Amino acid sequence: MHPALSVIFFTTLSGAGYGLLALLGAGLALDLWPRETASLLWPLGLGALLTSTGLLASMAHLGQPLRAWRAFSQWRSSWLSREGVCAVTSYLPMAAIALLALRQDAQLPWPAAARLAGAALLAAALLTVFCTARIYSSLRTIPAWHNAWVAPGYLLFAAYSGGLWLWLLAALHQVGAPLPWDRLGLAPGPLMGLVGAALLVTALKLAYWRRIDGPAAVADIGSATGLGRYGTVSAFEKPHTEYNYINREMGFVLARKHAARLRAFALVCGLGLPLLGVLAAIRLPDYSPSFAALALLSGSLGIFVERWLFFAEARHVVNLYYGARRV
Amino acid sequence: MTMLPAPARRKLGLVIDLDTCVGCHACAVACKEWNDGGQFGPLPDEDAYGAEPLGVWFNRIHSYEVQPEVTPDSQGNGPLQQLYKTGFVENAPAMTVHFPRSCLHCEKPDCVTVCPTGASYKRAEDGIVLVDEEKCIGCKLCSWACPYGAREYSEKRGVMQKCTLCVDRIYNESFAPAERQPACVMACPTRARHFGDLGDADSAVSKLVAEREGYALMPELGYAPVNRYLPPRPRRNGCGDKAAAADHTETLDRDQLPPLLRWVDKLLSR
Repeated sequence: MHPALSVIFFTTLSGAGYGLLALLGAGLALDLWPRETASLLWPLGLGALLTSTGLLASMAHLGQPLRAWRAFSQWRSSWLSREGVCAVTSYLPMAAIALLALRQDAQLPWPAAARLAGAALLAAALLTVFCTARIYSSLRTIPAWHNAWVAPGYLLFAAYSGGLWLWLLAALHQVGAPLPWDRLGLAPGPLMGLVGAALLVTALKLAYWRRIDGPAAVADIGSATGLGRYGTVSAFEKPHTEYNYINREMGFVLARKHAARLRAFALVCGLGLPLLGVLAAIRLPDYSPSFAALALLSGSLGIFVERWLFFAEARHVVNLYYGARRV
Repeated sequence: MTMLPAPARRKLGLVIDLDTCVGCHACAVACKEWNDGGQFGPLPDEDAYGAEPLGVWFNRIHSYEVQPEVTPDSQGNGPLQQLYKTGFVENAPAMTVHFPRSCLHCEKPDCVTVCPTGASYKRAEDGIVLVDEEKCIGCKLCSWACPYGAREYSEKRGVMQKCTLCVDRIYNESFAPAERQPACVMACPTRARHFGDLGDADSAVSKLVAEREGYALMPELGYAPVNRYLPPRPRRNGCGDKAAAADHTETLDRDQLPPLLRWVDKLLSR
């Protein structure tokens, strides 16, 4: 599939944003979040910024962006429509949390309303990312997407990239804290959560790649043309001399040619280097913000490549009509 | 509304005869011409006369080569299996099949259900799958959901376009009844394309499908296409039965010769 930049930016940016918001929602719902307005408003604002930028990027993918409002209507059948509804709905708990945070007294625990809004934000953020994943995994025409690894992958990548942003925010917030462990930014528990997420994401991605490299094919040129019963079918002449929309959109080959290198880059950059960053910060807590920023930068680049590969490596069955033997 | 309607009794669609299609592209051209000016047009091209022309066509004509892979014990009674039985198979030539590809107006079209806006819909009354170009936001998801490549996105118009089964012709009362057919069907010089109600077992197209063992494309994907393809008939290969092919004697019809040559033949045959 043609890897459209608008869609890659959308899924990675909004993924990170919803991941950050989900972490915030979970922390708030469980009353684990620090009880001060700033530590709440920063991640909330950043999450809103990331998700909104992602949603705007997705508008760039549309041929008629002014009609985008129509996309909220078909939630009964369309995962894309459901995603739109969830994405817009998630602004409600965000607004509620912002209002409550501004009125919060740092001495008191979070009120029940804030914890409830946190739970709602967690649910809305997870649902939105789940819907994004289902847009792709519901397509029976693309075997690399139509499998059980896609939705957990999107959710875990969202949580992981949200965690990278959260670490940077926390490290900046804790600059000059008296205790070295505090200067690390995140408490040991959440920090190990980030490490665990990175390891889990790596395992999941390796399993996903194993799955899509497997020999399972959903159709072949013989069944696509119905001529397989007579012998070996091959494309003799194409209908047109130049590429058409179908070839441009669904006949992308480059990524599969360089898949091994790009996958290694995505893993090292997206997951390996941020892990090193965490280790380095534990060793040198005074430089935590720098390490967190480097981890975020490297992680984002790696996740961008991972998402590019997700689109670019996937093969569409329509290629059977243009000479592919099996998809 | 992109929820699918209840299964309709009427299933309008095409039956395409791969035996008689000569791959002339007349159907594709007639389709482009009609729909460029029809209710669902225009179908603008980019760089139409330049190096890389690009534009929407609802109908694309492929050509495939089928190399027989028939073994003595192979089952089935297809044209190439029959070729084998004639003893011709050792040097069997590949078969070339011209293959028009357009929307199959599936009974379970994912292109409809994935649409976020309701622009893509399946008509309850006759099963035709259409795009409302006033509602389409151009997200292209429907084209991803279609395994048959039936939908093409118009970069110039910013919306998705597809075969309409010439819904603006087939119900058009300003046309003579014989002309209320899709443009591709009207244009085909070998009558390889047939239009009708595949939901009605007594319709001419349904009978044709039953008689010629018409088949659906990629049924394993579960889209339940309505259109059917008629397989190529056994080829006349000129080799007759095996004994005659081995013997290879010619017969001469003396009566067809001019009188002088008839006399020569008579003389030399003594």
